[in-house]
Amino acid sequence: MSKLTIPVRKFDAVIVGAGGSGLRAAIQLSEAGLKTAVLSKVFPTRSHTVAAQGGVSASLGNSEEDHWHWHMYDTVKGSDWLGDQDAIEYMCRKAPEVVVELEHFGMPFDRTDEGKIYQRPFGGHMSNFGEKPVRRACAAADRTGHAMLHALYQRNVRANTQFFVEWMALDLIRDDSGQVLGVIALEMETGEVVAFHSKATVFATGGAGRIFYSSTNAFINTGDGLGMAARAGIPLEDMEFWQFHPTGVAGAGVLITEGVRGEGGILRNSTNERFMERYAPNAKDLASRDVVSRAMVTEINEGRGCGPNKDFVLLDITHLDPATIMKRLPGIREISIQFAGIDPIKAPIPVVPTCHYQMGGVPTNYKGQVVADDGTPIRGFYAAGEVACASVHGANRLGTNSLLDLLVFGKASGDSVIEDVKSGTIGLKELPANFADFTLARLNRLNTQTGGANVNETRLELQRTMQKHCGVFRFKDMLIEGVAKIVEIEKAVARTEIKDKSQVWNTARVEALELDNLIEVAKATMVSAEARKESRGAHVRDDAPDTAANPNGRDDVGWHKHTLWHREGSALSYKPVIMTPLSVETIALKTRSY
Amino acid sequence: MEEREKLNRLRWRCTRRAMLEMDLLLGEFLDRLYPSLTPPQADAFVILADMEDLELWPLVNGSRESSDPVQAEVLALLRDVRVK
Repeated sequence: MSKLTIPVRKFDAVIVGAGGSGLRAAIQLSEAGLKTAVLSKVFPTRSHTVAAQGGVSASLGNSEEDHWHWHMYDTVKGSDWLGDQDAIEYMCRKAPEVVVELEHFGMPFDRTDEGKIYQRPFGGHMSNFGEKPVRRACAAADRTGHAMLHALYQRNVRANTQFFVEWMALDLIRDDSGQVLGVIALEMETGEVVAFHSKATVFATGGAGRIFYSSTNAFINTGDGLGMAARAGIPLEDMEFWQFHPTGVAGAGVLITEGVRGEGGILRNSTNERFMERYAPNAKDLASRDVVSRAMVTEINEGRGCGPNKDFVLLDITHLDPATIMKRLPGIREISIQFAGIDPIKAPIPVVPTCHYQMGGVPTNYKGQVVADDGTPIRGFYAAGEVACASVHGANRLGTNSLLDLLVFGKASGDSVIEDVKSGTIGLKELPANFADFTLARLNRLNTQTGGANVNETRLELQRTMQKHCGVFRFKDMLIEGVAKIVEIEKAVARTEIKDKSQVWNTARVEALELDNLIEVAKATMVSAEARKESRGAHVRDDAPDTAANPNGRDDVGWHKHTLWHREGSALSYKPVIMTPLSVETIALKTRSY
Repeated sequence: MEEREKLNRLRWRCTRRAMLEMDLLLGEFLDRLYPSLTPPQADAFVILADMEDLELWPLVNGSRESSDPVQAEVLALLRDVRVK
């Protein structure tokens, strides 16, 4: 193979992604004196962490009695027992510490009258092992994620972290032993391709919610870390588990809060029927998220969807007094007008269940080290946040545990890097002679492709396929068909063509490279979902119904295990769920009910 | 920097933002309305696009007003964007 060269920059650590977990890891590393680079597709405070409004959970007990063990129990239960109990214990025990640290970094938390951090209740967080709701969520009004990013960024500026803004990481560098030696990245402003050669590489690239047609995720969430890991031969864990929100605006994906149904909003099908009365006679439109989502999809699949393609249902508030809408739901009216072209005072809002959060990811242990199939750390490689699967969220994430995940595992991955550097486990190993060949070949293919596939059209086809075949409610035949379709789409992705061949600010190239990452995530998701023949947490199959032997369709005998999807041959393997916590007794399997 | 490069940079900053709402709105505005802006309006839009989402959102949804008249003109156009 020819030896192609590109410029090389050397660092102790390179972090890819500058959202909550990347910035938290960077603080740890820079303050320890490690020469640290953070690469980001956007300016750090424009990361998607901003969209997290609800809060960050920690058993501070500021408003009422609370305990990390109760938080742990809630998280294990929320995960439908697919979360690893060592990682969950670690996260819940560390929560008070990382939240107080964040306060010291300048985070403007809301306060109680006594000046303590104010805490509010949040779905699924209970006291005394599931007894009653507890106030555990710490928030800064409805801009917790935004405030968190600013506090973390300022601390990084103080610590002299070096930022590379509007850079896209393209591929991991690994040597023959499997050790990770850095990343190859593209500077958008110049089109230059550079190797970031480092002792440690930390992935904090966030999720890949853009694999679905209807997604609450910002456009930036293209699963770049997952794509890079998969191409480098690292498996992706539990990718069949995606959390959906029942009411996103059809097409746009923008969230319509549950509060609309709380104010009296009604879901209707194409016959104008209030269909939730059939699925949940008591709670009706206010049934839990998964019940409402499944009912909506059933209506659509049985031909009672609305619109020319019969692919959405309607959220109706036209029966409410316009004054009430103007007073209680002004923001929702605005969103509906701008993103659905509909004034909800006059007509119902088209809605569909919408992808919100990815529970799976790059497999890590509770120290933020990326691990091989047998659990041994892959030298030089770390991950935290939505890209990683520790696994603390298992089959379903609890609200406010995502921001906690960023802080705890961002910090833990940083600490692991420091320890591994100090112990000599990792160092600046020489780059293999052909380290850039794979990436340069990818770029060259894209630059020279003729008669190829259009990037936007291919991405849209991928997103529609994922939505239709692997959405919130899954059907055996649809999944089998979905696997075949995704394989076809993969062929198109392999021959995408861009007209613009220029170097400087070539956004067409970047979007094609993002699509290379989306397809890996889509394959992992579809193949893993087709294979898992049970319902658990967010993965719900029509052919795995609620029975006495398998309550809620969950089959612990056959499927209480983590999926590992390998890019090579799209093969699957499985590994056990870690049921042994660090210091307390196992939270034994039982039916998840609230 | 060439015009194409400037426009691509602006496109990136309009469509890779923290919040989906802003990706959609600014992307749509860039495609449909930006080409017909006057030069001062175009400059005002670049400044708006450089704002963080939680700064820009209240200006777009009308809960805050801009004191700059040209910026206010652009915001009025932005408020009328329909993503559909």
